[in-house]
Amino acid sequence: MLNMRGIGKRFLGVQVLTGVDLAAGPGEVHAVVGENGAGKSTLMKILAGVHTPDEGTIEIDGHRVAFGHPLEAQRAGVAIIYQEFNLLPERSVAENVFLGREPVRRGMVDRAAMDAATARLLTELGVDSFGPRQPVKRLSVAQQQVVEIVKALSLDARIVVMDEPTAALAGHEVELLYRLVRRLQERGIAVLYISHRLREVFDLADRVTVLKDGRLVTTVPTADVTPGDLVRLMVGRDLGSYFPPRASSTGETRLRVTGAGNDRLHDIDLELRAGEILGVAGLQGSGRSELAKALFGAEPFTRGEMMPVRPRSVRESIRAGIGLVTEDRKAEGLALRQSVRDNALLVARATGRGRNGGVRELLERVRLRPPRQEQEVRYLSGGNQQKVVLAKWMTVAPKVLLFDEPTRGVDVGAKAAIHDLMRELAGEGAAIMMISSELPELIGMSDRIVVLRDGRIAGTLPAGSSEEAVMSLATGEVTT
Amino acid sequence: MTALPGHRAGLAAIADPTRVVFVALAVVILAGWGLVALDGGQFLTLENIVGVQQRSAALGIVAVGQTLAILAGSLDLSVAYLISLTSLVAAEIMAGQDAGIVPAVAAVAGVSVLVGLVNGLVITKLRVHAFIATLGVALIIKGVVDHLYDGPAGRVPESFQHLGYDRIGPVPVSAMLWAVVALIAWFLLSRTRYGYRVYAVGGDPEVARLSGVRTDRVVIVTHVLCSLCAGIAGLLLASRLGAGAPTVGTDGGYDLESIAAVVLGGTALAGGRGGVAGTVGGVLLLAVLDSVFNQLEVNSFFKDVVRGVVIVAAVAVYARRTGMLGRRRA
Repeated sequence: MLNMRGIGKRFLGVQVLTGVDLAAGPGEVHAVVGENGAGKSTLMKILAGVHTPDEGTIEIDGHRVAFGHPLEAQRAGVAIIYQEFNLLPERSVAENVFLGREPVRRGMVDRAAMDAATARLLTELGVDSFGPRQPVKRLSVAQQQVVEIVKALSLDARIVVMDEPTAALAGHEVELLYRLVRRLQERGIAVLYISHRLREVFDLADRVTVLKDGRLVTTVPTADVTPGDLVRLMVGRDLGSYFPPRASSTGETRLRVTGAGNDRLHDIDLELRAGEILGVAGLQGSGRSELAKALFGAEPFTRGEMMPVRPRSVRESIRAGIGLVTEDRKAEGLALRQSVRDNALLVARATGRGRNGGVRELLERVRLRPPRQEQEVRYLSGGNQQKVVLAKWMTVAPKVLLFDEPTRGVDVGAKAAIHDLMRELAGEGAAIMMISSELPELIGMSDRIVVLRDGRIAGTLPAGSSEEAVMSLATGEVTT
Repeated sequence: MTALPGHRAGLAAIADPTRVVFVALAVVILAGWGLVALDGGQFLTLENIVGVQQRSAALGIVAVGQTLAILAGSLDLSVAYLISLTSLVAAEIMAGQDAGIVPAVAAVAGVSVLVGLVNGLVITKLRVHAFIATLGVALIIKGVVDHLYDGPAGRVPESFQHLGYDRIGPVPVSAMLWAVVALIAWFLLSRTRYGYRVYAVGGDPEVARLSGVRTDRVVIVTHVLCSLCAGIAGLLLASRLGAGAPTVGTDGGYDLESIAAVVLGGTALAGGRGGVAGTVGGVLLLAVLDSVFNQLEVNSFFKDVVRGVVIVAAVAVYARRTGMLGRRRA
């Protein structure tokens, strides 16, 4: 039914996919797994017409297709359900399902027909917790996912791609999703199921394709492999980079959290000591960024104890000496249209603490090359931007620095510079927490690794643990 | 992120901004009635009721068009100057002759469609933000009008003045015209594909695009309709004045006031949420407030202060409501 062959794709000169094959038949649930950055999402976006491949061919029912726009893929029967839903919260379920294709009778939108068709599909899927006229904004995430699936069915989709469908779902909601996937299967629809969670892969999929670093590792029937095999296939690679030496000793406790939580996090116990780098691992949706934001007071804890303070606002935590280098530096870390100098002084000026001068020395210290102060930050490379974010925090000499994906989208040279700098700051007595979905980085840098799963701490691992150990805690799979 | 249980549905009904504005309208009428009675006057007189309707009609028609623009995620600052321009076009072509009415109306429609097209095309094809695009078009119209006219011009025949002054029972013809315009807009929004797409484009242009909506076309059509509404208001004002005037649109403050009325009626300034009914309520609310203050002979500066407070307070209330019922995007 679906046959993708030799798919290759480059972005700005970087090869993200090379010679990937993927095939699926009617009624097959085909899982696609791989680490972050393995190329799963890019492959699916190529199938959905969001990106065009540089190499390779796609055939659907033996006909060669080439999609230039998502609509063309839609017409060919491919529907993709993203993690970020494409729904209008203010409009009703039926209005969302038929958006852009509203049935018309005598010049008027036939609302009755629209509602009836939506209701019929909901019944077919065995969903009765909401109806076609409900506004989407009042549905839970799981229910919104149902709306996306109904939309795909109303489009007569024969290939449905689900990108991390359970990432935002609670445990009992996953059951509903399983049921829906099986119904799709019964209707002869091919489901491509992207997930980090190996249990789901084994529960649902007939076959599984493993991608690593943009290449196809293998496609095997799930019956022929164990979860342990899959984890090894996903992560088995050399540690190709060097990391600065670990801390020789750690000092006093800089931050302690006991039994803390909010609506995304539960029972968090955590300690950060001066001089150490604590790594935080977890799958997407496991609560990694939420943890950083809670510690930083941006989405505060609502329960539990935290030392030195349990911040209720960002300002409070900055005053207590806590800094956060956010995952999305362009949106949350920097004022892109302002100069390097103004950005470096953002925190110092906002709090009235720390120094206002000495920007030149600071920029040299973070190894900004060239250290031009008047340049607008948006013209800098990703690595240099990240160095400015670091400089911003160093003006106030924080006692605790939280890093959320500090080297995402950063070139190799800048990455090493940032790693050195993190170690240097720790050596001077800062306590550092680093979230990273890149396992080699996490393992290479951390003195300890905390693994999160479903908003809870799944376990803590010592320095130098294996990628398999981290993955099995993160996925909840026991591997041997 | 949050699953919302069923009992909140009741809250949503109360929180519906359209209801809020009509409740507020009722409260203002009652309060006004009480205050004026204490002052020794009569509030709910025929004269007053007709007056409120007449004062609202022109703003109401413009605000209906503005509602469409705002719902689609756009807005139109050129309506005030377009009203001036169309009043002049109408009065000049009529030149006091009954025979001129039909060509004048046609010319006004033509001018309005043209201005709407320019607004829509600049916004969609040149990707200029609606605020700047329509401000620019407003200045262009102002330049043309100021160059050609320095006072009222043209003349409207007596037969055309019926539009502005006649009434059937307690209902002025102008208010009926407003009602017809509002009904047409309501029908478009709630019963046609075009309306569904306006909400989609205003709600999230990317979602709309990925669902196959030709978003540019929706925005352009919306601006044409909005400008047509301004043209109708221009005709109405010409009929009242008996002539066209280069300042009739700006003196009435139809640009910002129409936006205020739309927002007061519960339509989200960012687009995608709201409707014509709320706007009608918002316009009436502003007119009734005016009427109360006039009767109490309140200082006109104080009047503006109260209007400002009402508008800000209303939007703050809606923001709270939607915040309570809203959800973070998954």
